[in-house]
Amino acid sequence: MNYFVTLTLNGLASGAAYAALALSLVIIYQATRLVNFAQPALALLSVYTAYTVTQLTGSYWLGFAAALTAGLLVGAFVERVIIRPIARTSQLNAIIVTLGLLLVVQGGVGMVWGNEQHGFRYAFSYVGRFAPSDVFALVAVGVVALLLFALYRFTPLGLRMRAAAFHPEAARLSGVRVGLMLTAGWGIASLIGALAGMLAGPPFISPNVFDVVFVFGITAAVVGGLDNPFGAVIGGLLIGLGMSYVSGFLGPELATLAALVIVVAVLSVRPDGILSRPTARKV
Amino acid sequence: MTRPLLTVEDLSASYGAVRALCGVSLTVPERGLCAVLGANGAGKTTLLRTLTGLHRAASGRVLLADEDITPLPTEKVITRGLAHVPEGGGVVVELTVEENLRLGALWRADRRDRTTLDEVMDLFPPLAQRRAKAAATLSGGERQMLAIGRALMARPRVLLLDEPSLGLAPLITRRILDLLRDLRDRTGLTVVLVEQNAAGALSVTDHGYVLNQGSVVAEGPSAELLADDRTRHAYLGF
Repeated sequence: MNYFVTLTLNGLASGAAYAALALSLVIIYQATRLVNFAQPALALLSVYTAYTVTQLTGSYWLGFAAALTAGLLVGAFVERVIIRPIARTSQLNAIIVTLGLLLVVQGGVGMVWGNEQHGFRYAFSYVGRFAPSDVFALVAVGVVALLLFALYRFTPLGLRMRAAAFHPEAARLSGVRVGLMLTAGWGIASLIGALAGMLAGPPFISPNVFDVVFVFGITAAVVGGLDNPFGAVIGGLLIGLGMSYVSGFLGPELATLAALVIVVAVLSVRPDGILSRPTARKV
Repeated sequence: MTRPLLTVEDLSASYGAVRALCGVSLTVPERGLCAVLGANGAGKTTLLRTLTGLHRAASGRVLLADEDITPLPTEKVITRGLAHVPEGGGVVVELTVEENLRLGALWRADRRDRTTLDEVMDLFPPLAQRRAKAAATLSGGERQMLAIGRALMARPRVLLLDEPSLGLAPLITRRILDLLRDLRDRTGLTVVLVEQNAAGALSVTDHGYVLNQGSVVAEGPSAELLADDRTRHAYLGF
């Protein structure tokens, strides 16, 4: 029983990082119908920024703040300068460009910081099952999800962002600057992606550190329903739990398989994900 | 006649090689209630979309009071006092009724002031009953009310309506048309009403323009247009 509880908590903790990454994908997909394959690259930049700041100042928390800030700015910059001009030509072009961006940034990070692993300490101990760092991961993602919910539901900015995502023309006719909302959405999404990076990256970071995490993050987003933020969180936790149980009871070499089984099982019952809305819309 | 609030000068617009508007000119006085009529494809919707900048004008000008609003982006045009209810209403179905209404006033500095919201709710009792429901649950008529309500939330000087009667029962159409006139009389709102339902539109408006293939082919006081058999037969189909 005790073992089961440990596995559950552990699964939730690693699921938190997947949930955060999935959330960052869903926010952008919701607004632009675009899967942002560059998300791990943006997280990578943020985490390396944090690494550098932490090296210079000796403070993990300054680094943490730097990561989130970097995520916000880089996300907004990428949308405004790279994605928007291309999205005008075609959606597919924009998606391909995010893939290219991933490769370029990974290469660039390798050139600047080196391709070898860097030790990047946590603010908390991560030794043992359900360590303080796991608690931090769960709490951080929980807080961010709540803040995000409050932002979308209760603030004028959130209302503008939702209107711009669901019905850009109606939003413009209500005086909303839709382009600005897209930039804000990318910024917020990348901030959450940076958080995912800070949770999933340590204790060692390298240019390819998020490849595996991203696979599970995108799996979580698909499982939850690509256009539903709640689905992203649920999907992330589900993937985390599934992999934790399977690796605990059946052996860690099967953990990745668990993610695949979950995807196949969920999508065969609900092809659009657990919480997706019907795609047809009447106007 | 009072001086024009909305002036359209020689406005042209096209979709690629297809000319949708060819030199349309019209004026709407303050507190005017103006109908724009014509068959499908006559350019009525394009006219409204060009007025609010959703579609770029190829040439010509749109003046609101004395300001040239032609080059402004849509979201700026709205803040100058032009409100546009697009065809089908353009309600955001994923948002609640109240959120849709609040959205309409978000750009205003006094957006926290609830009097406009209360007024709109008073104007459309069905909306007040469903304020917390998703707009997707509304009937066609209620959606049209919501769309008009959202436009009114901006406290516009000119309200542009694109086929508010589309797909609605005659009784509800009547109620909406009467409401427009009532709004004009009570609040001094200026209204431009685009309609295929020419008889209904001419019965509440005071001036009408008839578009055909992107050009104004007839204009005059609504009563005269109603009485003019040739225009009626040729362009309005009744």
